[in-house]
Formats: sequence, structure tokens, C-alpha cells
Amino acid sequence: MSRVLVGVKRVIDYAVKIRVKPDHSGVVTDGVKHSMNPFCEIAVEEAVKLKEKKLIKEVVAVSCGPTQVTETIRTALAMGCDRGIHVEVSGKDYEAMGPLQISKIFAALAKKEEASLIILGKQAIDDDCNQTGQMTAALLDWPQGTFASEVTIDGEKVKVVREIDGGLETIKISMPAVLTADLRLNTPRYATLPNIMKAKKKKIANMKPADLGVDMVSRVEVLRVDEPPTRLAGVKVETVDDLVAKLRANGTI
Amino acid sequence: MCFSTESHLCAVQLSLAFGTMAYPLRSEVVRLYKNLLYLGQEYPKGAGYFRDRLKSAFLKNKDVKDPEMIKQMIARGEFVIKELEALYYLRKYRTMKKRYYEPEE
Repeated sequence: MSRVLVGVKRVIDYAVKIRVKPDHSGVVTDGVKHSMNPFCEIAVEEAVKLKEKKLIKEVVAVSCGPTQVTETIRTALAMGCDRGIHVEVSGKDYEAMGPLQISKIFAALAKKEEASLIILGKQAIDDDCNQTGQMTAALLDWPQGTFASEVTIDGEKVKVVREIDGGLETIKISMPAVLTADLRLNTPRYATLPNIMKAKKKKIANMKPADLGVDMVSRVEVLRVDEPPTRLAGVKVETVDDLVAKLRANGTI
Repeated sequence: MCFSTESHLCAVQLSLAFGTMAYPLRSEVVRLYKNLLYLGQEYPKGAGYFRDRLKSAFLKNKDVKDPEMIKQMIARGEFVIKELEALYYLRKYRTMKKRYYEPEE
């Protein structure tokens, strides 16, 4: 009776040009196109694939945030998840929300739903934390297979090929476990209109962090957000002698 | 529905353009149009650009009556759907690879 929880995060679309707010408190999100975090798409695809191979019974898509995140859950349902859970977080709590709070929520949900696997994206493209999976595993005292580029379920164990600096590492961990998806794990399917329509029948449960006994207090405060420094224009020279002269003048040689 | 009202109106206009008289495969054609329109929302050159070209491509063939020809055109449309999905995936994959991974030696 194995159940998989998949985390999906609603982030600013990967193709959008990010702009910093004039007061440097964050980035502009109003009216900006949002979509599912690409690594979360890969996580959903892996979970749905496992279900199609009949290795697991049910895939539950989970997202934390305001009402808009239900769009992201719907996309996950259209990709093949069975049902969704929307953990409602809004306002200041949502702005301050980070890996610590999310991992507490996931740990509580994993126990409540009796999940055998939690699959998350390795990181979100907005904050690039790469912490939620690891923290969730630590809170649950479960083994973790992070940066997964290949996942194989073998009885009560999972074989994970991990992308690490300098190559690939293969590990075998017991279930229940937390996995985080890397780019080459799979090719996510597209949520086409017919799939979206079919997914409308699927249920999304609604709850608050307090229902799970999680406090959303943040220990991190964002002080300032700046754009990266603009790259200075290069200088073109005509001859090799000019180049040497310029380098000498610059103090490089 | 994550479909703009404008896109929906467009689909309705097109259904009317196809004529109220039933012709073979009408519902399949309209379904294909709606699916393509939805997919076009993510088109790199803009949803409007895609919609205009999609609309004129369909209207160009509105007087075709032969069911075999219509089936062929629908198949072509399905192929375009697959091409678009591949385009979107490759674009996303390549951007992610460039952003997050060291260039291969």
C-alpha cells in the first residue's frame, strides 16, 4: 500500500526576466508569469512513472502557499497525480516561508499520510536553496537520495544513482526515504488541455500549517536584494601589440 | 479554466466559421484547435503571434469536405502538438543545463 508525496512549488517562470523591486526588498512578482518549478516537474514525472510501473499505489501532490498554488497542484494532477493537498500559507508567512517550514510540513504530512517515499525537486529556481529534501529527511530520520539521476525500486529498498562532482554515485537506501530529483532523471510529460480537463475531477484537500502542528516562524530575515553587477563592456584592439600595451597599462602583465 | 476569455471566444468564432451545418469530423477539428491554442500560450514569440497563425491556418482549410483529407490534416495538427511539446522541453532543458551545470569539457 505505498503512497508517494510529491512537493511542487509555484515559482516565477524560468523564461521570465527577473526584476528587482525598487525598494530592494525582493523581486517583482505581481502580474509576472508563474509556473511549476522545473525540478518539481521532474519529481512529479518520476512519481507518476513509478505508479505506471505499478511499483506504488498513489501519488499525492503537495504545495504550500496562497490560493494561486492550486494551479500548480492542478498541473501536477494533469500530469498523473491522484490527488492534491494545498497547505494554505499567505501574507507575511508566505513571504518568509522557506525550506525549514516546508520540511516541517512535509514531515508532518508524511506521517499523517503514511508515505513510503517523498520526492522533491533538488532545488527551486527562485531561491536555489537545495535544502528542503535534506531537512525533511533529517526531521523524519529517513535516508535520503539527493541529486537523483536514476531511481530503481527493489523490494523495500531504493537504488539511487546520484549526480555528484566528478561523476555518479550509486547508493541503496531503505524505504521510507526522501529523494530529490536532478535534471537528467527523466523527461517530464506536458500537461495538455485534455489532461487538465480530466484532472478537474481529482480532489485537492485544503489545510493550514497549524492543522499539522507546524509553526511558520522564520529564523531568516531578508535584508536586501540586488541585481548582479552589470558586466563591463569589453574593449576591442586592432593588433597584438595594442593588446600587449593595453595589458601592460592595466597592470595585468 | 486557465484559458483566457479571448481564446475561448476565438474558438467559438472558429466553430461558427466552420458553419453550423455538420460536416464529418467537426468535433475533432474543434478539439484539435482548442488543444493547439492552449499549447500556444507558452509559445516563445508570444501567445498572440501563435493564435493569429493558428487561426489563419485553420481558416485557410475551412472549405475542405473530403473526410480523408480532413483526417490527414488532423494528423498533421497532432504532429505539430508533439513538435511544440518537444520545443518547449528542449528550451527548458537547455536553459536549466546552462544555468545550473558546468560546461562539459
